[in-house]
Amino acid sequence: MTAKDALTERYQDLLSVYLKAKTETTLYKGQQFSRKLLEQQISPEDLVSLHIQVMDELFPDMSEEMRDSFDFLLEAMIGYGFAYREHQSLRDKQQQLESEIEVAASMQQTLLLSDVPDFDELDIGVVSVPAKKMNGDYYNFVKSGSSLSVAVADIIGKGIPAALCMSMIKYAMDSLPEEQMKPHLLLENLNRVVEQNVHSNMFITMFHGVYEPESHKFFYAGAGHEPGFIYNAKEDRFHDLIAKGLVLGVSRTTTYHPYERVIEIGDMVILLSDGVTECRTSKGFIEREEIVSLIRKYMDLPAQQIVQNVFQELDRLQGFELRDDFTLIILKRMV
Amino acid sequence: MNLQINQNQINETHELHLTGEVDAYTAPKLKEVMLPLTEKDGSVVVVDLSGIDYMDSTGLGIFVGALKSSKANNSSLKLRGMTDRVKRIFEITGLTEVMDIESGVKGEAL
Repeated sequence: MTAKDALTERYQDLLSVYLKAKTETTLYKGQQFSRKLLEQQISPEDLVSLHIQVMDELFPDMSEEMRDSFDFLLEAMIGYGFAYREHQSLRDKQQQLESEIEVAASMQQTLLLSDVPDFDELDIGVVSVPAKKMNGDYYNFVKSGSSLSVAVADIIGKGIPAALCMSMIKYAMDSLPEEQMKPHLLLENLNRVVEQNVHSNMFITMFHGVYEPESHKFFYAGAGHEPGFIYNAKEDRFHDLIAKGLVLGVSRTTTYHPYERVIEIGDMVILLSDGVTECRTSKGFIEREEIVSLIRKYMDLPAQQIVQNVFQELDRLQGFELRDDFTLIILKRMV
Repeated sequence: MNLQINQNQINETHELHLTGEVDAYTAPKLKEVMLPLTEKDGSVVVVDLSGIDYMDSTGLGIFVGALKSSKANNSSLKLRGMTDRVKRIFEITGLTEVMDIESGVKGEAL
């Protein structure tokens, strides 16, 4: 017996039971049966035709008008049949697109994965979580000689366009010569690349810093990026890590200001994306002071545990529904 | 949340009064109205933001696009009446340095 025959038989059983007893239970069974029909991809007009076939068998003496009315119904169902098949094909296409995005997302992960380097002087913690499948935040660590360079960037917009743009940033950064490891010069170079290559509505915010272990100096510059924080252990206070500068991609001739400061033992450099400060909860936005107090709460832990705990608490405050990509990096000077 | 755009034109000056939120959902609507105005040689586009309580980076991108367009087309773009929250993101991104922004107090009084 084919699947279709089985369906016909089942339909005939249900219908004849219903016509005899007219119980609610059978009606409900009819409703459940319609799921089975969908599973078997039976189209609306197929169902009407099935109904006609069954009625013919149950009532061989059916009046001619009744019989003809079914034929008419069958014709009237054709439009629904088209709609049904279109829905099927859209569903197939959507599944195909989703699996392509999955592939792209995992490619992006592989391409952009930046290992957190082992660095004797610094304890480093990183968390970077996309709101959707693809991450528009970017961070990057590079060990160059004895120094450590760290970048964090946020591409406006989300999803695939942002992710594609970010791949461009990665390759532009990789191809810059090493003597360009001065943050303000690196941003000037990148700005020219971005300005030439992005759509006029797009821009990128970036913070770039280099830690030099000999002098314990942190050199940095910013292109319109959400300010991070510096924790001063001696004062036991957090300060904003201000690095003023225009976002990348607006004006080709932009220059960036070089900043530097000495990092003492126990000090922390905290970098973030605006996903951290743009967290919206039922009570409004998370303020920067709240981020600071969360970091303070966990700051005796290793850096990786601090960032993870802060992320988990913010995620919980937002009802576990991340609206923007989220990146938080902590560098803590140990020795 | 929605974005409402009221338009007013006196000679070459186009005033846009925005109310609501400029985010990824409403940004295309703003772009559709604002960008063509900046493309007219000699036009002055004044955008009043006193009714905007939230703008995200996609919204900011529309203003960046409009700024570039006004430079390319010899028109001008002025913003006024920013609330503190909106002003903050223009300041952080450095756009206050390159855009023509009237002080909030004056804008709000209008």
